[in-house]
Amino acid sequence: MKSAPFDYARAASLAEACELLARHGDAKLIAGGQSLVPMMAMRLVRPAILVDINEIAALKFVKPEKDAIRTGACTRQCAVERDDALAARVPLLRQALAWVGHTQTRNRGTVGGSLAHADPSAELPLAAQVLGATIVLRSAKGSRTLDAGKFFAGPMSTSIRPDECLEEIHWPVWSEKRTGSAFTEIAIRHGDFAMVAACAQVALDSRGRCTRAAFGLGGAAGTPLAFPKIASRLVGTALDDEAIDDASADAAKETDPGSDLHATKEYRRHLARVLAARALREARERAKES
Amino acid sequence: MSEKLHPVSVEVNGVRREAQVPARLSLVDFLRDELRLTGTHVGCEHGICGACSVMLDGEPVRSCLMYTVQADGHKVTTVEGLAKPDGTLSILQDSFCETHGLQCGYCTPGMLIAAQALLDANPHPSEEQIRDAIGGNLCRCTGYQQIVEAVKLAAERTK
Repeated sequence: MKSAPFDYARAASLAEACELLARHGDAKLIAGGQSLVPMMAMRLVRPAILVDINEIAALKFVKPEKDAIRTGACTRQCAVERDDALAARVPLLRQALAWVGHTQTRNRGTVGGSLAHADPSAELPLAAQVLGATIVLRSAKGSRTLDAGKFFAGPMSTSIRPDECLEEIHWPVWSEKRTGSAFTEIAIRHGDFAMVAACAQVALDSRGRCTRAAFGLGGAAGTPLAFPKIASRLVGTALDDEAIDDASADAAKETDPGSDLHATKEYRRHLARVLAARALREARERAKES
Repeated sequence: MSEKLHPVSVEVNGVRREAQVPARLSLVDFLRDELRLTGTHVGCEHGICGACSVMLDGEPVRSCLMYTVQADGHKVTTVEGLAKPDGTLSILQDSFCETHGLQCGYCTPGMLIAAQALLDANPHPSEEQIRDAIGGNLCRCTGYQQIVEAVKLAAERTK
Protein backbone atom coordinates (compact mmCIF):
# COMPACT_ATOMS: atom_id res chain seq x y z
CA MET A 1 0.00 0.00 0.00
CA LYS A 2 2.73 2.45 -0.92
CA SER A 3 2.39 4.81 -3.87
CA ALA A 4 4.57 4.16 -6.90
CA PRO A 5 7.39 6.70 -7.33
CA PHE A 6 6.46 10.11 -8.71
CA ASP A 7 7.97 13.54 -8.96
CA TYR A 8 6.50 16.43 -6.99
CA ALA A 9 6.09 20.15 -7.55
CA ARG A 10 4.43 22.59 -5.20
CA ALA A 11 2.74 25.31 -7.22
CA ALA A 12 2.94 28.80 -5.71
CA SER A 13 0.20 30.21 -7.93
CA LEU A 14 -2.59 29.09 -10.21
CA ALA A 15 -0.58 30.28 -13.21
CA GLU A 16 2.34 28.09 -12.14
CA ALA A 17 0.04 25.09 -11.65
CA CYS A 18 -1.36 25.58 -15.17
CA GLU A 19 2.11 25.97 -16.58
CA LEU A 20 3.25 22.73 -14.91
CA LEU A 21 0.20 20.90 -16.27
CA ALA A 22 0.90 22.20 -19.77
CA ARG A 23 4.55 21.16 -19.57
CA HIS A 24 4.07 17.63 -18.21
CA GLY A 25 1.82 15.26 -20.07
CA ASP A 26 1.34 12.81 -17.23
CA ALA A 27 0.77 15.24 -14.36
CA LYS A 28 -1.99 15.07 -11.80
CA LEU A 29 -3.20 17.83 -9.51
CA ILE A 30 -3.40 17.12 -5.81
CA ALA A 31 -5.67 19.18 -3.59
CA GLY A 32 -6.76 17.62 -0.27
CA GLY A 33 -5.74 14.19 -1.53
CA GLN A 34 -8.43 12.38 0.45
CA SER A 35 -9.49 10.39 -2.63
CA LEU A 36 -6.36 10.64 -4.76
CA VAL A 37 -3.86 9.39 -2.15
CA PRO A 38 -5.78 6.14 -1.44
CA MET A 39 -6.01 5.56 -5.20
CA MET A 40 -2.28 6.13 -5.52
CA ALA A 41 -1.59 3.87 -2.53
CA MET A 42 -3.59 1.13 -4.26
CA ARG A 43 -1.74 2.02 -7.48
CA LEU A 44 -4.96 2.60 -9.37
CA VAL A 45 -3.41 5.95 -10.31
CA ARG A 46 0.29 6.38 -11.12
CA PRO A 47 1.03 9.93 -12.25
CA ALA A 48 4.58 10.84 -13.28
CA ILE A 49 4.34 14.08 -11.34
CA LEU A 50 2.02 15.49 -8.70
CA VAL A 51 1.30 19.20 -8.88
CA ASP A 52 0.35 20.31 -5.37
CA ILE A 53 -2.10 23.24 -5.22
CA ASN A 54 -2.56 23.18 -1.42
CA GLU A 55 -0.39 26.22 -0.77
CA ILE A 56 -2.10 28.51 -3.28
CA ALA A 57 -3.87 30.99 -0.99
CA ALA A 58 -5.74 32.52 -3.95
CA LEU A 59 -7.69 29.28 -4.36
CA LYS A 60 -9.02 29.35 -0.78
CA PHE A 61 -11.93 31.70 -0.29
CA VAL A 62 -15.66 31.99 0.26
CA LYS A 63 -16.96 35.18 -1.40
CA PRO A 64 -20.61 36.19 -1.29
CA GLU A 65 -21.96 37.86 -4.43
CA LYS A 66 -25.48 39.06 -5.22
CA ASP A 67 -26.85 35.90 -6.86
CA ALA A 68 -24.21 33.35 -5.92
CA ILE A 69 -21.54 32.44 -3.46
CA ARG A 70 -18.13 31.76 -4.94
CA THR A 71 -15.82 29.24 -3.34
CA GLY A 72 -12.20 28.72 -4.36
CA ALA A 73 -11.37 25.24 -5.58
CA CYS A 74 -8.95 24.56 -2.74
CA THR A 75 -11.25 25.76 0.06
CA ARG A 76 -11.27 23.04 2.71
CA GLN A 77 -14.56 21.28 3.35
CA CYS A 78 -14.27 22.18 7.05
CA ALA A 79 -14.05 25.89 6.16
CA VAL A 80 -17.23 25.70 4.09
CA GLU A 81 -18.96 23.70 6.82
CA ARG A 82 -18.15 26.34 9.47
CA ASP A 83 -19.08 29.39 7.39
CA ASP A 84 -22.35 30.69 8.88
CA ALA A 85 -22.91 33.34 6.21
CA LEU A 86 -22.59 30.67 3.52
CA ALA A 87 -24.91 28.31 5.42
CA ALA A 88 -27.53 31.06 5.62
CA ARG A 89 -27.53 31.65 1.86
CA VAL A 90 -26.74 28.18 0.45
CA PRO A 91 -27.93 25.92 3.30
CA LEU A 92 -27.74 22.78 1.17
CA LEU A 93 -23.93 22.88 1.26
CA ARG A 94 -23.67 22.52 5.03
CA GLN A 95 -26.45 19.93 4.96
CA ALA A 96 -24.51 17.91 2.36
CA LEU A 97 -21.21 18.23 4.24
CA ALA A 98 -22.78 16.72 7.36
CA TRP A 99 -22.67 13.42 5.42
CA VAL A 100 -19.15 13.79 3.99
CA GLY A 101 -16.43 11.65 5.57
CA HIS A 102 -15.15 12.51 9.02
CA THR A 103 -13.56 15.48 10.78
CA GLN A 104 -10.08 14.28 9.78
CA THR A 105 -10.96 14.04 6.10
CA ARG A 106 -13.00 17.27 5.97
CA ASN A 107 -10.06 19.16 7.51
CA ARG A 108 -7.99 18.24 4.50
CA GLY A 109 -10.50 17.53 1.74
CA THR A 110 -11.48 20.39 -0.56
CA VAL A 111 -14.69 21.36 -2.32
CA GLY A 112 -13.05 21.48 -5.75
CA GLY A 113 -11.30 18.17 -5.18
CA SER A 114 -14.59 16.46 -4.44
CA LEU A 115 -16.16 17.82 -7.64
CA ALA A 116 -13.09 16.97 -9.75
CA HIS A 117 -13.02 13.42 -8.35
CA ALA A 118 -16.68 13.05 -9.42
CA ASP A 119 -17.60 9.97 -7.46
CA PRO A 120 -21.21 9.36 -8.52
CA SER A 121 -22.28 8.73 -4.93
CA ALA A 122 -20.44 11.71 -3.39
CA GLU A 123 -22.45 14.45 -1.71
CA LEU A 124 -20.90 17.69 -2.99
CA PRO A 125 -21.23 16.75 -6.69
CA LEU A 126 -24.92 16.02 -6.05
CA ALA A 127 -25.43 19.40 -4.36
CA ALA A 128 -23.66 21.08 -7.31
CA GLN A 129 -25.84 19.25 -9.81
CA VAL A 130 -29.11 20.03 -8.03
CA LEU A 131 -28.32 23.71 -7.43
CA GLY A 132 -26.96 24.13 -10.96
CA ALA A 133 -23.56 25.32 -9.77
CA THR A 134 -21.13 26.63 -12.37
CA ILE A 135 -17.50 25.64 -12.42
CA VAL A 136 -14.61 27.78 -13.64
CA LEU A 137 -11.69 25.94 -15.22
CA ARG A 138 -8.36 27.56 -16.01
CA SER A 139 -5.50 26.55 -18.25
CA ALA A 140 -2.41 28.35 -19.53
CA LYS A 141 -4.52 29.29 -22.58
CA GLY A 142 -7.41 30.90 -20.70
CA SER A 143 -10.49 30.04 -18.70
CA ARG A 144 -13.94 28.63 -19.38
CA THR A 145 -17.06 28.13 -17.33
CA LEU A 146 -19.18 24.98 -17.32
CA ASP A 147 -22.54 24.16 -15.79
CA ALA A 148 -22.50 21.21 -13.40
CA GLY A 149 -24.61 19.28 -15.92
CA LYS A 150 -21.86 19.58 -18.54
CA PHE A 151 -19.05 19.17 -16.01
CA PHE A 152 -19.92 15.66 -14.78
CA ALA A 153 -19.20 13.24 -17.62
CA GLY A 154 -19.45 9.81 -15.98
CA PRO A 155 -18.25 7.82 -12.98
CA MET A 156 -15.03 9.48 -11.72
CA SER A 157 -14.94 11.42 -14.94
CA THR A 158 -15.41 15.11 -15.74
CA SER A 159 -14.96 17.49 -18.66
CA ILE A 160 -11.73 18.89 -17.17
CA ARG A 161 -8.99 18.72 -19.81
CA PRO A 162 -5.55 17.42 -18.78
CA ASP A 163 -4.08 20.93 -18.85
CA GLU A 164 -6.89 22.54 -16.83
CA CYS A 165 -7.18 23.33 -13.13
CA LEU A 166 -10.51 23.85 -11.38
CA GLU A 167 -10.39 27.45 -10.17
CA GLU A 168 -13.69 28.20 -8.46
CA ILE A 169 -17.30 27.15 -8.05
CA HIS A 170 -20.33 29.45 -8.12
CA TRP A 171 -23.18 28.23 -5.93
CA PRO A 172 -26.48 29.90 -6.88
CA VAL A 173 -28.33 31.68 -4.07
CA TRP A 174 -32.13 31.50 -4.20
CA SER A 175 -33.61 34.93 -3.59
CA GLU A 176 -37.06 33.60 -2.55
CA LYS A 177 -37.73 34.37 1.10
CA ARG A 178 -39.43 31.10 1.98
CA THR A 179 -36.81 28.59 0.84
CA GLY A 180 -35.99 25.26 2.41
CA SER A 181 -33.54 22.50 1.57
CA ALA A 182 -32.62 19.05 2.80
CA PHE A 183 -30.06 16.30 2.22
CA THR A 184 -30.41 12.66 3.21
CA GLU A 185 -28.76 9.36 2.40
CA ILE A 186 -28.33 5.71 3.34
CA ALA A 187 -24.80 4.39 3.85
CA ILE A 188 -23.35 1.35 5.62
CA ARG A 189 -21.70 3.65 8.19
CA HIS A 190 -22.16 7.37 8.63
CA GLY A 191 -19.36 9.03 6.67
CA ASP A 192 -19.05 6.24 4.12
CA PHE A 193 -20.06 6.76 0.52
CA ALA A 194 -23.82 6.68 0.09
CA MET A 195 -25.64 3.72 -1.37
CA VAL A 196 -28.10 6.35 -2.51
CA ALA A 197 -28.27 10.03 -1.56
CA ALA A 198 -31.02 12.56 -2.22
CA CYS A 199 -31.34 16.29 -1.81
CA ALA A 200 -33.95 18.92 -2.54
CA GLN A 201 -34.52 22.66 -2.39
CA VAL A 202 -37.95 24.30 -2.69
CA ALA A 203 -39.41 27.79 -2.39
CA LEU A 204 -42.96 28.64 -1.32
CA ASP A 205 -45.06 31.78 -1.75
CA SER A 206 -46.96 33.40 1.13
CA ARG A 207 -49.92 31.03 0.60
CA GLY A 208 -47.73 27.94 0.70
CA ARG A 209 -47.69 27.30 -3.07
CA CYS A 210 -44.45 26.04 -4.53
CA THR A 211 -42.76 28.66 -6.72
CA ARG A 212 -39.50 26.85 -7.38
CA ALA A 213 -38.24 23.30 -6.86
CA ALA A 214 -35.09 21.31 -7.50
CA PHE A 215 -34.12 17.83 -6.40
CA GLY A 216 -31.70 15.08 -7.31
CA LEU A 217 -30.20 11.70 -6.56
CA GLY A 218 -26.64 10.46 -6.03
CA GLY A 219 -25.37 6.88 -6.28
CA ALA A 220 -28.18 6.14 -8.69
CA ALA A 221 -26.35 6.43 -12.05
CA GLY A 222 -22.90 7.20 -13.46
CA THR A 223 -23.20 10.87 -12.49
CA PRO A 224 -25.27 12.69 -9.88
CA LEU A 225 -28.75 13.26 -11.32
CA ALA A 226 -31.00 16.33 -11.19
CA PHE A 227 -34.59 16.24 -12.43
CA PRO A 228 -35.49 19.75 -13.62
CA LYS A 229 -38.48 18.61 -15.72
CA ILE A 230 -40.05 16.56 -12.96
CA ALA A 231 -39.31 19.31 -10.43
CA SER A 232 -41.04 21.91 -12.62
CA ARG A 233 -44.28 19.88 -12.28
CA LEU A 234 -44.19 20.63 -8.56
CA VAL A 235 -44.31 24.39 -9.17
CA GLY A 236 -47.81 25.71 -8.53
CA THR A 237 -48.79 22.78 -6.29
CA ALA A 238 -49.03 22.94 -2.49
CA LEU A 239 -46.25 20.32 -2.40
CA ASP A 240 -48.64 17.85 -0.81
CA ASP A 241 -47.34 14.36 -0.10
CA GLU A 242 -49.11 12.95 -3.15
CA ALA A 243 -47.39 15.32 -5.59
CA ILE A 244 -44.05 14.62 -3.92
CA ASP A 245 -44.55 10.84 -4.09
CA ASP A 246 -45.46 11.06 -7.78
CA ALA A 247 -42.40 13.14 -8.60
CA SER A 248 -40.12 10.83 -6.59
CA ALA A 249 -41.50 7.71 -8.27
CA ASP A 250 -40.92 9.24 -11.72
CA ALA A 251 -37.40 10.29 -10.78
CA ALA A 252 -36.59 6.79 -9.51
CA LYS A 253 -37.66 5.41 -12.92
CA GLU A 254 -34.96 7.54 -14.57
CA THR A 255 -32.17 6.14 -12.37
CA ASP A 256 -29.76 3.50 -13.54
CA PRO A 257 -28.04 2.18 -10.42
CA GLY A 258 -25.67 -0.78 -10.27
CA SER A 259 -25.68 -3.88 -8.08
CA ASP A 260 -22.84 -4.74 -5.76
CA LEU A 261 -22.04 -6.47 -2.50
CA HIS A 262 -23.89 -3.81 -0.50
CA ALA A 263 -27.11 -3.39 -2.41
CA THR A 264 -28.93 -4.64 -5.48
CA LYS A 265 -30.01 -2.42 -8.33
CA GLU A 266 -33.65 -2.92 -7.25
CA TYR A 267 -32.95 -1.90 -3.67
CA ARG A 268 -31.07 1.19 -4.81
CA ARG A 269 -33.98 2.17 -7.04
CA HIS A 270 -36.33 1.69 -4.10
CA LEU A 271 -34.07 3.91 -1.97
CA ALA A 272 -34.03 6.52 -4.75
CA ARG A 273 -37.83 6.85 -4.62
CA VAL A 274 -38.07 6.84 -0.82
CA LEU A 275 -35.14 9.20 -0.20
CA ALA A 276 -36.16 11.70 -2.91
CA ALA A 277 -39.59 11.95 -1.28
CA ARG A 278 -38.04 12.31 2.17
CA ALA A 279 -35.72 15.12 1.02
CA LEU A 280 -38.58 16.98 -0.71
CA ARG A 281 -40.84 16.73 2.34
CA GLU A 282 -38.11 17.90 4.68
CA ALA A 283 -37.27 20.81 2.36
CA ARG A 284 -40.98 21.75 2.26
CA GLU A 285 -41.21 21.75 6.07
CA ARG A 286 -38.10 23.92 6.36
CA ALA A 287 -39.49 26.35 3.79
CA LYS A 288 -42.75 26.59 5.78
CA GLU A 289 -40.79 27.37 8.95
CA SER A 290 -38.64 30.05 7.32
CA MET B 1 17.29 3.77 -9.86
CA SER B 2 17.39 5.94 -6.78
CA GLU B 3 14.46 8.25 -6.26
CA LYS B 4 14.79 12.00 -6.32
CA LEU B 5 14.82 13.48 -2.82
CA HIS B 6 13.03 16.63 -1.70
CA PRO B 7 14.14 18.76 1.26
CA VAL B 8 11.51 19.22 3.97
CA SER B 9 11.38 21.13 7.22
CA VAL B 10 8.54 20.12 9.52
CA GLU B 11 7.92 21.18 13.12
CA VAL B 12 7.01 18.00 14.99
CA ASN B 13 5.89 18.33 18.62
CA GLY B 14 7.61 21.71 18.83
CA VAL B 15 10.93 20.54 17.36
CA ARG B 16 12.03 21.53 13.86
CA ARG B 17 13.01 18.44 11.85
CA GLU B 18 14.87 18.69 8.56
CA ALA B 19 15.12 15.78 6.13
CA GLN B 20 15.49 14.73 2.51
CA VAL B 21 12.59 12.51 1.47
CA PRO B 22 11.21 10.85 -1.67
CA ALA B 23 7.92 12.43 -2.77
CA ARG B 24 5.97 9.24 -2.17
CA LEU B 25 6.93 8.90 1.51
CA SER B 26 3.71 9.24 3.50
CA LEU B 27 3.71 11.47 6.55
CA VAL B 28 3.00 8.51 8.84
CA ASP B 29 6.00 6.58 7.47
CA PHE B 30 8.17 9.68 7.94
CA LEU B 31 7.06 10.03 11.57
CA ARG B 32 7.55 6.37 12.38
CA ASP B 33 10.48 5.26 10.24
CA GLU B 34 12.56 8.43 9.94
CA LEU B 35 11.80 10.21 13.21
CA ARG B 36 11.18 7.02 15.21
CA LEU B 37 7.99 8.48 16.65
CA THR B 38 6.20 5.14 16.71
CA GLY B 39 3.31 6.33 18.86
CA THR B 40 1.37 7.11 15.69
CA HIS B 41 0.08 3.81 14.36
CA VAL B 42 -0.32 2.80 10.76
CA GLY B 43 -3.37 0.70 10.05
CA CYS B 44 -5.12 0.57 6.71
CA GLU B 45 -2.89 3.02 4.80
CA HIS B 46 -5.83 4.30 2.78
CA GLY B 47 -7.76 6.57 5.08
CA ILE B 48 -10.36 4.26 6.58
CA CYS B 49 -9.23 3.34 10.10
CA GLY B 50 -8.02 6.61 11.64
CA ALA B 51 -5.16 4.97 13.57
CA CYS B 52 -2.62 7.34 11.98
CA SER B 53 -4.44 10.56 12.99
CA VAL B 54 -2.16 13.47 13.86
CA MET B 55 -2.76 17.19 14.17
CA LEU B 56 -1.61 19.33 11.27
CA ASP B 57 -1.47 22.98 12.35
CA GLY B 58 -3.78 22.05 15.22
CA GLU B 59 -6.43 20.21 13.19
CA PRO B 60 -6.74 16.40 13.10
CA VAL B 61 -5.88 14.77 9.77
CA ARG B 62 -4.92 11.30 8.56
CA SER B 63 -1.17 11.08 8.17
CA CYS B 64 -1.44 8.16 5.71
CA LEU B 65 -3.30 10.48 3.31
CA MET B 66 -0.54 13.07 3.15
CA TYR B 67 2.89 12.94 1.62
CA THR B 68 5.71 14.24 3.78
CA VAL B 69 6.62 16.83 1.12
CA GLN B 70 3.17 18.36 1.68
CA ALA B 71 3.92 18.91 5.37
CA ASP B 72 6.95 21.07 4.55
CA GLY B 73 6.61 24.31 6.53
CA HIS B 74 3.77 23.01 8.70
CA LYS B 75 3.39 21.96 12.33
CA VAL B 76 2.56 18.39 13.29
CA THR B 77 1.50 17.14 16.70
CA THR B 78 1.60 13.40 17.32
CA VAL B 79 0.40 11.43 20.33
CA GLU B 80 3.89 11.88 21.81
CA GLY B 81 3.15 15.61 21.88
CA LEU B 82 0.07 15.23 24.10
CA ALA B 83 1.89 14.30 27.31
CA LYS B 84 3.81 16.92 29.27
CA PRO B 85 7.58 17.15 28.59
CA ASP B 86 8.32 15.25 31.85
CA GLY B 87 6.17 12.37 30.63
CA THR B 88 3.15 13.07 32.83
CA LEU B 89 0.02 11.98 31.00
CA SER B 90 -2.46 14.59 29.81
CA ILE B 91 -5.92 14.78 31.40
CA LEU B 92 -7.33 12.92 28.40
CA GLN B 93 -4.69 10.20 28.43
CA ASP B 94 -5.17 9.71 32.17
CA SER B 95 -8.94 9.45 31.62
CA PHE B 96 -8.38 6.66 29.07
CA CYS B 97 -6.45 4.74 31.78
CA GLU B 98 -9.12 5.41 34.37
CA THR B 99 -12.09 4.21 32.29
CA HIS B 100 -10.19 1.37 30.60
CA GLY B 101 -10.62 3.16 27.28
CA LEU B 102 -8.37 0.71 25.46
CA GLN B 103 -7.65 -2.97 25.19
CA CYS B 104 -5.12 -3.80 22.47
CA GLY B 105 -4.22 -0.10 22.11
CA TYR B 106 -3.87 -0.05 18.36
CA CYS B 107 -6.50 2.64 17.77
CA THR B 108 -5.60 4.60 20.91
CA PRO B 109 -3.20 7.20 19.45
CA GLY B 110 -5.74 8.08 16.77
CA MET B 111 -8.56 8.18 19.32
CA LEU B 112 -6.51 10.47 21.57
CA ILE B 113 -5.74 12.86 18.72
CA ALA B 114 -9.37 12.95 17.54
CA ALA B 115 -10.70 13.44 21.07
CA GLN B 116 -8.08 16.05 22.00
CA ALA B 117 -8.92 18.04 18.87
CA LEU B 118 -12.58 17.94 19.91
CA LEU B 119 -11.82 19.08 23.47
CA ASP B 120 -9.54 21.86 22.20
CA ALA B 121 -12.41 23.24 20.11
CA ASN B 122 -15.24 22.35 22.48
CA PRO B 123 -14.18 21.63 26.10
CA HIS B 124 -17.60 20.33 27.16
CA PRO B 125 -19.03 18.29 24.28
CA SER B 126 -22.26 16.31 24.31
CA GLU B 127 -22.14 12.54 23.92
CA GLU B 128 -23.35 12.93 20.35
CA GLN B 129 -20.49 15.35 19.59
CA ILE B 130 -18.01 12.91 21.15
CA ARG B 131 -19.31 10.03 19.05
CA ASP B 132 -19.18 12.20 15.93
CA ALA B 133 -15.59 13.27 16.66
CA ILE B 134 -14.34 9.68 16.95
CA GLY B 135 -16.61 8.47 14.12
CA GLY B 136 -13.67 8.24 11.74
CA ASN B 137 -11.62 6.02 14.06
CA LEU B 138 -12.14 2.27 14.17
CA CYS B 139 -11.79 0.30 17.40
CA ARG B 140 -12.26 -3.46 17.28
CA CYS B 141 -11.94 -4.12 21.05
CA THR B 142 -13.89 -1.79 23.26
CA GLY B 143 -17.20 -1.32 21.48
CA TYR B 144 -16.40 2.39 21.94
CA GLN B 145 -18.30 2.68 25.24
CA GLN B 146 -15.25 3.18 27.45
CA ILE B 147 -13.67 5.52 24.93
CA VAL B 148 -16.73 7.77 25.05
CA GLU B 149 -16.63 7.56 28.85
CA ALA B 150 -12.96 8.55 28.83
CA VAL B 151 -13.66 11.66 26.77
CA LYS B 152 -16.59 12.57 29.03
CA LEU B 153 -14.40 12.14 32.09
CA ALA B 154 -11.67 14.30 30.56
CA ALA B 155 -14.26 17.00 29.82
CA GLU B 156 -15.45 16.89 33.45
CA ARG B 157 -11.89 17.19 34.68
CA THR B 158 -11.21 20.16 32.40
CA LYS B 159 -12.23 23.39 34.05
